[in-house]
Amino acid sequence: MIRKCLSNLNAYEHLDVLRKGVRQLSDWKEEVEEVVFPGKICVPYTWTVGSTLSKWYGLLRDEGQIWANRCPSCGKVYIPPKAKCLECYKDVNDWVRLPGTGTVETFTVVYYEEPSIQPKKPPFAYGIIKMDGADTGLVHLIDEIDPEKVKVGMRVEAVINEERSGNIFDIKYFRPVN
Amino acid sequence: MERVAIIGVGQTKYEQNKSGAFAELVYEVTSKALEDAGITVKEVDNVVSVSSDFWDGRTISSMAISDASGAFGKDITTVEGDGTFGALYGMMRILSGHFGVTVVVAHHKGTESNMSGITNTAFDPLVERKLGLDSVSSAAMQARRYMTRYGILEEQIALVSVKNHGNAKRNPLAMLPMDITVEDVMNSRMIASPLKKLDCSPVTDGACALILASEREAKKYSTNKKRVWMLGVGHCADAFRLGDRDLSDTRALKQAAKKAYQMASVEPGDIDVAEVYDAFTYMELMWLEGLGFCDDGMGAEYLERGNFNFDGEIPVNPSGGRLSAHPVQVAGLAAMAECALQLRGEAGDRQVEGAEIALAHGINGLCGQSHCVWILGK
Ligand SMILES: [Zn+2]
Repeated sequence: MIRKCLSNLNAYEHLDVLRKGVRQLSDWKEEVEEVVFPGKICVPYTWTVGSTLSKWYGLLRDEGQIWANRCPSCGKVYIPPKAKCLECYKDVNDWVRLPGTGTVETFTVVYYEEPSIQPKKPPFAYGIIKMDGADTGLVHLIDEIDPEKVKVGMRVEAVINEERSGNIFDIKYFRPVN
Repeated sequence: MERVAIIGVGQTKYEQNKSGAFAELVYEVTSKALEDAGITVKEVDNVVSVSSDFWDGRTISSMAISDASGAFGKDITTVEGDGTFGALYGMMRILSGHFGVTVVVAHHKGTESNMSGITNTAFDPLVERKLGLDSVSSAAMQARRYMTRYGILEEQIALVSVKNHGNAKRNPLAMLPMDITVEDVMNSRMIASPLKKLDCSPVTDGACALILASEREAKKYSTNKKRVWMLGVGHCADAFRLGDRDLSDTRALKQAAKKAYQMASVEPGDIDVAEVYDAFTYMELMWLEGLGFCDDGMGAEYLERGNFNFDGEIPVNPSGGRLSAHPVQVAGLAAMAECALQLRGEAGDRQVEGAEIALAHGINGLCGQSHCVWILGK
């Protein structure tokens, strides 16, 4: 029962080449029937988003705009915005609006299915988008393109969701710039 | 500085769907390590456990294995991360002068849960977690970034899988000893491009324990043959968010390695055998570059020349590596145990002749956010 929950990646049994010499039953199982308990932990949380990201999500939700913030000391621009600069550890208080375009720095096409966590049915593409006007990358979905046609260096733009509730999916995904 | 030694090691066989309960795995390896050191639980002063509440499905998971680790009536503390960091904590306790013989023990039963679900919770619930990323999809983006930057081909990273599964044939504790070819890796199922099934390590169950002692106690309890010195250690962390890093950059590993080499007064060329954290094929090449065994981007070429083969200049992952058995949290500690056996000349068919200085490496966090590097010696 519990073994049914296994990730597909554990299902090495599918490959015969991997089978030989893998399993070794312990001696005790010859005398005692193994007992296995299925289980699940369900605990609710309410995570406070905090001042910096609340402001970011607020601008995204209410204005449909993508913002970043800039370190006053070294000038590094962060998206998602940060409370303090990675390099200088100074408060990052200057906010800058980004055009929402960027370049695919790297990507992957996901083929395995994990419906409990994945936002859509595979195959689909994730990318790290180096945002125009920022020094960091934003991780998100890349859509409106055959995932196998996504390329490093491709120009993309954020698609703002019609219905927004103040989370990362207020950006629906990134799509190629025509 | 006083020296600290590993005076005993104990490991389970690494396999999937292991039938022992958590505590039973810990009983097994703690007993084996004590026997290996030639001491009893009475000589143990304290325990450092390496465990993860999420993987175990219980909170304060170290408490649940305290009896099994010999901690009854003693002090037990926990590191949530890779075993290499637990060993560092154990060594620091001894060097503080307040602690005696220390058991460092790690356990993992990942095949009882869901790897994607658990590693997804490592992402920030405020931003990336909702996107459904996990350790595999994020590693795939790192692989692509590394391969794009240095022009590395999928066939080249596949060779790591061929080497390590082949090495596992000499290790009775490894889970996936296999004779495979680059073609087999290329033809295995695409998981998250560019990573195919045989580029990925299998979630594996198992446990490992090390017994650590100060020089004075090591000499009191153990023979010269069993003692392995912890000559150097270094660790360093990169930024948390994937987008705040260049995923092809190994700056944190370079810092960690520099500290470890300096402390041990050795250079990469002095290393006789290395166990590095190959959770995925491409990682072995990246980490070998970060450890200074070759220049950035040159790992694949050195591998193709045979430098990292069992009979090469620096045998890398003669145990079969994480690709052949990947008990998360345990893996780095198992790498240290493997290095200790190599230095003691007890590595059986996979013995690297004349090994005197070994390097063990562990990572913690997504895409190798932090690294711990150990230099061990006779
Ligand atoms: Zn700054």
